[in-house]
Amino acid sequence: MTRSLPFRAAVVSLALLAAFLLAWHLATRGGGPTAAMDPEYAKLMGATATQGKSAMPGPLDVAATVWGHLKDPFYDRGTNDKGLGIQLGWSIARVAAGYLLAVLVAIPIGVLIGMSPLMSRALDPFVQVLKPISPLAWMPLALYTIKDSGLSAVFVIFICSLWPMLANTAFGIASVRREWINVARTLEVGTLRRIFTVLLPAAAPTILTGMRISIGIAWLVIVAAEMLVGGTGIGYFVWNEWNNLSITNVITAILVIGVVGMVLDQLLARLTRAVTFPE
Amino acid sequence: MTQKFISIEGIAKRFPAAGGGTTTVFEDLWLAMERGTFTCVIGHSGCGKTTVLNVLAGLDTPSDGTVIVDNQAIEGPSLDRAVIFQSHALLPWRTVLGNVAFAVSSKWRRWSRLEVEEHARRFIALVGLAGAEHKRPAELSGGMKQRVGIARALSIEPKILLMDEPFSALDALTRGTLQDEVRRICRETGQTVVMITHDVDEAIYLADRIVLMTNGPQAVLAEIVENPLPAHRKRHDVHKHPLYYAVRNHVVDFLVSRSRSFGDADKAALDRRRPPVVRPGAPEPVMLGDAHLVPPRSDIARPPVSQAG
Ligand SMILES: Nc1ncnc2c1ncn2[C@@H]1O[C@H](COP(=O)(O)OP(=O)(O)O)[C@@H](O)[C@H]1O
Ligand SMILES: [Mg+2]
Repeated sequence: MTRSLPFRAAVVSLALLAAFLLAWHLATRGGGPTAAMDPEYAKLMGATATQGKSAMPGPLDVAATVWGHLKDPFYDRGTNDKGLGIQLGWSIARVAAGYLLAVLVAIPIGVLIGMSPLMSRALDPFVQVLKPISPLAWMPLALYTIKDSGLSAVFVIFICSLWPMLANTAFGIASVRREWINVARTLEVGTLRRIFTVLLPAAAPTILTGMRISIGIAWLVIVAAEMLVGGTGIGYFVWNEWNNLSITNVITAILVIGVVGMVLDQLLARLTRAVTFPE
Repeated sequence: MTQKFISIEGIAKRFPAAGGGTTTVFEDLWLAMERGTFTCVIGHSGCGKTTVLNVLAGLDTPSDGTVIVDNQAIEGPSLDRAVIFQSHALLPWRTVLGNVAFAVSSKWRRWSRLEVEEHARRFIALVGLAGAEHKRPAELSGGMKQRVGIARALSIEPKILLMDEPFSALDALTRGTLQDEVRRICRETGQTVVMITHDVDEAIYLADRIVLMTNGPQAVLAEIVENPLPAHRKRHDVHKHPLYYAVRNHVVDFLVSRSRSFGDADKAALDRRRPPVVRPGAPEPVMLGDAHLVPPRSDIARPPVSQAG
């Protein structure tokens, strides 16, 4: 009997996950006591040397850590020991701030560029030069001018979210079907009403696609930015745990970063579907 | 002198040609229309019919000349002139009601939402779509979409209705029904209509006057054919009228041969301000014996002898 494709896909996914976890577990399992040594010396060397245990944590260690974090995500025991929830909250807040700021700037300017062939040509060279710059390259400039590490991270998010949204908005508006614009023209619809009733709804799927690309980039960049500026955030958490040599925590953070990124992406995907119209 | 309701005065349209220079689609085109008349423009593809209609709509500007409507030169689109687009041009993210309401609220900006919707519903019912108000264009058939386009155009109660091959994408049955409805509504409301078509039967059924354009480039308005059929004609018996084949043959003959062969000499001889008006009547007596000109059907009533003679 053949089940539905999604069901079979889910079974294969689970099997792959199980195989991966098993391989991981076997690879990091302790190999029994190694050579006999002076107990004092063995204590100094730790479990890695004495029991042949890998420096890499196994899946069970990570699961225990994840569980620990899930149980108490918001504890705060000083600068270098905060719950994963607090760190994530900081990162999400910075991404949200920079991203929303970018929306507010990119969409009006994108509409302007899309509606005006003149502005489109005039602004094009700037966009072409600014777009390929790594957002992190702005960091020193941001730190120098803003003089606040947190705000600098927000600025970097703003810059990296800006371009995909700007490009897609301008493109979406410029390629709105001529006939829809003509409908608005024959009805003597004013510019502002035309933007809101014809141009934006018609370009919405393209604009939302740009916004989805942007949120993905923003979530990639925030980790690197927070590693640079330090203090708070999931990126700082990863760096800090690396300095503590707590690989378990680093792996936990990696997992969490992936999950949050996926949730953000799905959120935008859902929004895109909501504004997409069948023709 | 009586001023015509719509007066196209010497318009031209030129485009820069591919290899430098300019292509003239048409030039020095004159045409006047009276209030309440139904005019069809017929010509082969590329002769500039859509361009003429877009100029009338105000969506396009002529390279030369002007169009006067109701004693005023047109400057851009206006709510007085509604357009029914060939591709229906519905906004796909709006429902049927939303599409018509968009037009209604554009015309009467102070109306409340309730007033707008009530007015829109009236016109949706007029084109026979009551009950489909909340469907989106993607859920409608081609004929239904075009009906929404018609409802949208009529809902703003325009002075002039402009249609660019509105039924060409529809199947024959739907086309017939919509022609009936457009004809009924236009007659009831005394609408002034300009319609582009390349369907000769459609033109004969709907139009008071059929405007014939020669092939482009440099197309000219060669002739205006006055439709001799009675105004109260019905679809099912229009082809039985004694003059039906006279009109039909005249127009088909133009499309098949004269639109192409209309040469420079003919163009030079043409008074462009007053193109010839032809009223196909009873066949000439000499033609009665000519097998090629008499329709090959036995049930066509021959005109009475007194008229023929
Ligand atoms: N933007 C344009 N640039 C160059 N030529 C054009 C343009 N628009 C239309 N034309 C030309 O003008 C002619 C008339 O076009 P149109 O009015 O659409 O003809 P019709 O509706 O009678 O088929 C065509 O030959 C077309 O190639
Ligand atoms: Mg055309």
